[in-house]
Amino acid sequence: MDITRRRLLVLLPAAAVAWEFVRAGTPESAPNYKTSEHWWGMLIDITECIGCGSCVRACAQENDVPDGYYRTWIERYHVTDYAIERPQVESPNGGKEGFPMNEDSSGKNFFVPKLCNHCADSPCTQVCPVGATFVSPDGVVLVDKNYCLGCRYCVQACPYGCRFINPKTNTADKCSLCYHRITKGLTTACAEVCPTGARQLADLKNPKDPIHEYLRTHSVQILKPHMATGAKVFYNGMDGSVR
Amino acid sequence: MHIPVEGFMYPNEVELQWSVLIVLYPFITGLVAGAFILASLERVFRVQAVKPTYRLALLTALSFLLVAPLPLQLHLGHPERSLEMYLTPHRSSAMAMFGFVYLWYLMAVLLLEIWLDYRRDIVLKSQTAKGLPRLIYRILTLGSDVLSDRSLRIDERLGYFITLIGIPSAFLLHGYVGFIFGSVKANPWWSSPLMPIVFIFSAMVSGIAAVMLLYMLSSRLRGKQIDIRCLDKIAQYLMYTFIIDFSLEMLDLLQRIYEADESFRSLDFMVHTRLWTSQVIVQILLGTVTPIALLGLTQLFSLTESIRKRIYAVAGCLTVIGIFAMRWNVVIGGQLFSKSFLGYTSYKMGFATREGLLTAIILMILPFIILWILVKILPPWTDEESTSASEAIPVHAAS
Repeated sequence: MDITRRRLLVLLPAAAVAWEFVRAGTPESAPNYKTSEHWWGMLIDITECIGCGSCVRACAQENDVPDGYYRTWIERYHVTDYAIERPQVESPNGGKEGFPMNEDSSGKNFFVPKLCNHCADSPCTQVCPVGATFVSPDGVVLVDKNYCLGCRYCVQACPYGCRFINPKTNTADKCSLCYHRITKGLTTACAEVCPTGARQLADLKNPKDPIHEYLRTHSVQILKPHMATGAKVFYNGMDGSVR
Repeated sequence: MHIPVEGFMYPNEVELQWSVLIVLYPFITGLVAGAFILASLERVFRVQAVKPTYRLALLTALSFLLVAPLPLQLHLGHPERSLEMYLTPHRSSAMAMFGFVYLWYLMAVLLLEIWLDYRRDIVLKSQTAKGLPRLIYRILTLGSDVLSDRSLRIDERLGYFITLIGIPSAFLLHGYVGFIFGSVKANPWWSSPLMPIVFIFSAMVSGIAAVMLLYMLSSRLRGKQIDIRCLDKIAQYLMYTFIIDFSLEMLDLLQRIYEADESFRSLDFMVHTRLWTSQVIVQILLGTVTPIALLGLTQLFSLTESIRKRIYAVAGCLTVIGIFAMRWNVVIGGQLFSKSFLGYTSYKMGFATREGLLTAIILMILPFIILWILVKILPPWTDEESTSASEAIPVHAAS
């Protein structure tokens, strides 16, 4: 087919419009970000958390989390010395509005922020029948909501209760570690707003990340280590009663 | 909808993920596997006494198998994407293989075996029937209308071979369903290597009981005499299988009680409260111990035929109820406690909702409608064979 100059002038704008449509279907670009150079996790310092709920509110706003569901939440533990195995735990509305004053002065009180542990050997991605949830090359467990069947097997498989079915999309939903932010060099919404710095995004592949120094000098733990999920949310100052 | 919670649940755990429809899924596939295994007793193990139920068992298995994927489809958040399980299965997922196992069982085992077994009848009917039935039977012959001795022998041999493959396939179908639950390490109520084995034996129990009841009911509806020798044999197999099933479940229970790991206190409390009626009363006492004891009576004492029939009917009904309760307690019970082991939630079943009671009832009625249609098209009754034989062309007698 011969393309005349006149025909080319007509086709070019059409091609430009078509190209915009193609681009609209591709993920947001992060030109300087290389997935192979990162391995994400999070550090949570329980001794610093004041249970203000800012993180839960920020997460809900940033990620459009429906009411009654939580990508992150805070639990308040009340542990007495005679019932260490039976702590009293509460998380009213996921700790979104903070916590009422605890009148009981016996024992100890502390807050435990929770989120997806972005496990390296995550049971949730293992069970997904179509691979709609997966571990990204930089270590973040993500869900492709355009592919998820909504079978809920992953929700059952998560030992930490981090997943839910989003009633708006009818697909599995969970913390994405604000992937849209961290791939642009920002921190997560929850860590951004934390007034005490109790949450710190950690890049385990970056030798300059302070996480390495922190892990060397502190006694940190992960949740439910017996589950062998390779959890990458590290807790400092975690009491043995935490589930 | 407010869901009552006791103690502490992780906030996302309050709502149950798998509803009564997922209770139906293992219940229905269990009936399929069990019915098929009963059928194979006659075909492979030459237990001639159960012959009157052979075809009925196959048709029952097919009726339930056709309905088996429906509760899953209705449950999915995006049923329109379910085909992805076939196109892009995730190989590490215990669930991803369901579609393949299902198709294998439906296409390679059940449909083929039924077709081979009925081919002679189908061909004969395609020659004698008139109007629409004639067309249906002609289609069902799939163009294979030769009834020579040789071709009938091939049918028989091939049918036998398929039943041979069918037995492990039936075990695979339901053992696999058990594995879907048993492999969830996050859930101590489910996580057990015994789960697939328990599922297989409970499947056999429910399938045998269901076919036994259907045989009794159909004989009564048709005004025919029940073959008591057949019924005695089925009841005997039911009892033996049930004893194995119950022993396995008790073994699992004993292990849990003796080990008393971190989840034990929480699960023990759940059994004594929220699951007391459905597990202890309905499943164990009413649905297991009572039918085993009743069936045991028929083995220990020489009872009259009519008393035995009544006992079998009661024991069969209780068995099916007990196995349904077992599925309920596995699926629903496994979601009532928190994975923090600090609290419990409740299951509120809707009525006229997508996953409500009405849907569940319709899904349970559907296999019986399918069975009724199948029985009309492909009568499974052996006591009418002599009548039909006299109507048939000589080749039938030659076979």
